[in-house]
Amino acid sequence: MIDARGPAEHGIVSLWWLMLVLACAVFLLVCVMIAGGLIRSRHLSPDEPLPEASWGGPFIAIVGVAITGPILVFVFVLSLRVLRADAASTPKSALSVHVTGHDWWWQARYPNGAQTANEIHIPTGQRVRIVLDTVDVIHSFWVPQLGPKTDLIPGKRNSMWIEAASPGRYRGQCAEFCGFQHAHMIFYVIADRPGAFRTWERNEARPLMQPTSAIAKRGEQIFLSTTCAQCHAIRGTPADATVGPDLTHLAGRRTIAAGTLQNDPGDLSDWIRDPQAEKQGALMPSAPLSQTDIDAVVAFLEGLH
Amino acid sequence: MVDVAERLEELWAEKPGLADFIGTVDHKRIGKRYLYTAIFFFVVGGLEASLIRLQLSHANLHFLNPELYDQIFTMHALTMIFLFVIPALSGFGNFVVPLQVGARDMAFPRLNAFGYWIFLMAGIFMSSAFIVGRAPDAGWFSYVPLSNAHFTPGVNTDFYTLGVIFISISSTAGAINFIVTIAKMRAPGMSINRIPLFCWGELAMAISSVFAFPALTLAALMLELERRLGFHFFDIGKGGDPILWQHLFWIFGHPVVYIIILPALGITASVIPTFARRAMIGYAWVVLGEMAVALLGFGVWVHHMFSVGLPAISLSMISITSFVITIPSGIVVLAWIATIFSGRIIRKTPMLFILGFILIFVIGGLSGVMFAAIPFDQATTDSYFVVAHFHYVMAGGAMFPIFAGIYYWGPKMTGRVLNEFWGKVSFWIMFVGFNVGFFPMHITGLMGEPRRVYTYQPGLGWDVWNMIETIGVFIFSVGALITLINWWWSAKHGELAGNDPFGGETLEWGTTSPPPHYNFEHIPTIRSRHPVWDQPELRGGDQPIEAGGRALDDAHVTLSTSLLDARPQALIHMPHESGYPFALSMSLLVFFFGLLSGFLVVVGVGGLFAAASVVGWLWPRGQTQET
Repeated sequence: MIDARGPAEHGIVSLWWLMLVLACAVFLLVCVMIAGGLIRSRHLSPDEPLPEASWGGPFIAIVGVAITGPILVFVFVLSLRVLRADAASTPKSALSVHVTGHDWWWQARYPNGAQTANEIHIPTGQRVRIVLDTVDVIHSFWVPQLGPKTDLIPGKRNSMWIEAASPGRYRGQCAEFCGFQHAHMIFYVIADRPGAFRTWERNEARPLMQPTSAIAKRGEQIFLSTTCAQCHAIRGTPADATVGPDLTHLAGRRTIAAGTLQNDPGDLSDWIRDPQAEKQGALMPSAPLSQTDIDAVVAFLEGLH
Repeated sequence: MVDVAERLEELWAEKPGLADFIGTVDHKRIGKRYLYTAIFFFVVGGLEASLIRLQLSHANLHFLNPELYDQIFTMHALTMIFLFVIPALSGFGNFVVPLQVGARDMAFPRLNAFGYWIFLMAGIFMSSAFIVGRAPDAGWFSYVPLSNAHFTPGVNTDFYTLGVIFISISSTAGAINFIVTIAKMRAPGMSINRIPLFCWGELAMAISSVFAFPALTLAALMLELERRLGFHFFDIGKGGDPILWQHLFWIFGHPVVYIIILPALGITASVIPTFARRAMIGYAWVVLGEMAVALLGFGVWVHHMFSVGLPAISLSMISITSFVITIPSGIVVLAWIATIFSGRIIRKTPMLFILGFILIFVIGGLSGVMFAAIPFDQATTDSYFVVAHFHYVMAGGAMFPIFAGIYYWGPKMTGRVLNEFWGKVSFWIMFVGFNVGFFPMHITGLMGEPRRVYTYQPGLGWDVWNMIETIGVFIFSVGALITLINWWWSAKHGELAGNDPFGGETLEWGTTSPPPHYNFEHIPTIRSRHPVWDQPELRGGDQPIEAGGRALDDAHVTLSTSLLDARPQALIHMPHESGYPFALSMSLLVFFFGLLSGFLVVVGVGGLFAAASVVGWLWPRGQTQET
């Protein structure tokens, strides 16, 4: 959060530093008073009665109400200004990404038909609207460097905006406890310059790259004829299920299983063979495939650019 | 003429043996039981904490699997809140309040015994979930729909819903007892402006409890009906609303923070004057501050829900109340530090724990008020920053006063002073361990570590802080253990305490340590806010009749006085020992296990025995209902 990389988070960080300074001042006052009491006590003889402390009441009233009150009002007003900026609507022309929470991964859909999972691409330097809903339990969308968090609530459609000032890969994670793999419901927001983003978005909307090698072709056959296709979609093939992530351009992603594993042949093969070993409780069952078949499926999937 | 003390002893003493062991209604015995049982659960909750910290000490550890981790972090919260902190503070309340107000017992001694037994049974009920390997695993907040029968089909969450309904009975019974005792059982002359500050803290807690626990009971009942009988309170597909659960839960869940902290503030306000050698500055400010906190505590619950997507106007209203509640809390702290600043501080262990508490509580309060700022809350909620915050407020904030209470009132309970050297050692280890363990959580939270994750990835900069946190928590445990051993050892071998080892101002120091069954030979007449300081006759341990004391030695009675001025109004016949509270609690345990298992026969048997126990308990006997 402290390492803010977008305007929505910048306001919050300024608010934080201000509140931290005020908090330190209050803490210092408490320390000084306690230390003062301890030090003074060394010099007070036990027999002498303690002096009257008629300043006590006014001290409490002045510090506790007269000084604290206006400071609180000031911070409140300032927090509302930050809130208003963060809650402001995005321009009509803004890109709107529809993010849906699943146990335990993130589905992202774009207006042009592009669909991906766990790696949400956005253009830099502009507000991007994120529309949030969930198919199962409550999740919470949080990219600490880019903005506050917003919950994904069943039966409700929340929205927020994020903006990245410069290109980069910003880590996000589910922030509302959602069951066994709450810890592995990770995603990345990938900010590209607008040109690069448009290229990515156009490519992502296209159907699959037809496999060329023999092994990849065999992988496709296996994918379509076994349990894989019952949950996953690959646009341009008969596989159009929506239970698991859309894999049309899987090879363009760096991670799989919501940030749990790297998207390389080794991890992908492990994942297909035994998802429960990598991410206990994940809804993906083990594929009843031989290692050669898995290798073929991996070859097919790794060609889906 | 028979001696007053002898006649009182005859009236109030308990017989040795099992019947009176189970049937006791003596608030001192019950208070100690609360405390000892709570300490047992503190150890259990501490072991759970250790397992959590071991699992999180490194990235990607597989020490605990997510299934077990979720059960342990949920049970850690339930154990610490419902089975340690609340009952431990009730334990001090039970032991100390009747002594401080100069009564012979709590207003409803059998209800008091019942409250303890229910606490014990509910503790057994909840903990038994571990034995069957199905402890609650949806968090102590158990948000729907995660906690409904579809996403959490096992009995795990049923242990939670039934368990919290069960324990709420205990808290509510205890709260009513505190309110009536403090309102109506005060010694003559203890007008409302002379009520000891600890009693004010317990009173504020009790009033909060009476209004907060029903929300939890209702929410849990609705969830159980949805899980077991197919109701649809929270089911969006059938016109329900999952947000309703969050409202009901936090209408309980925020006030419960004050239910925990208010008695802790009361302990603080008892200890400070004793060791600063002067009366609390701003008594009225402290009382009004605590009462205002109890009241405003019901108006801030939505700040737990700032990222739910509620309308900005609702958020702003709750933001205002959350800022405003800082003022009464701040006033209470200012009164303490003004008293400390102008006092002559005696650095004994109870005071050290209180000074440490003030620093910890102020840090927790300052990070707490930050959550009132909506955008900051939306950025940090559900991160480790929150974990840091509420451990400062609820763990440090309650535990340090509880430990201060052990050193302060332990001698009154056992008659022997705890070892001062080991007390100080224990304090410093705990204070250092606490801050090493919990302060870095602010940092990882700001770095983006979410709460309730069973592991995290390496390379995010969280590893080293998590390791430090784990080390800190283990250091803290060593410190806490030293006090437990010290207490156990000193109770047998410590120096004799005498009536008043620390020179306190309140009435409990005007009787022997441990006090007799009847508390005071003569119920004293109070002429000052600081009776033991200002009424020299009390320092001898008794106020004779010539000085205004009332023996009340011809019946098993105590005095009831008027609400504001504490003018004597009536003699209350106090009930003797009874097995019915225990029988009712046991029956309810059977009843709840029946509900859990779904065996209607067990439900029926438990219910039948419970009904029979109530009939037996209330059956008219004689004129006074004493036996």
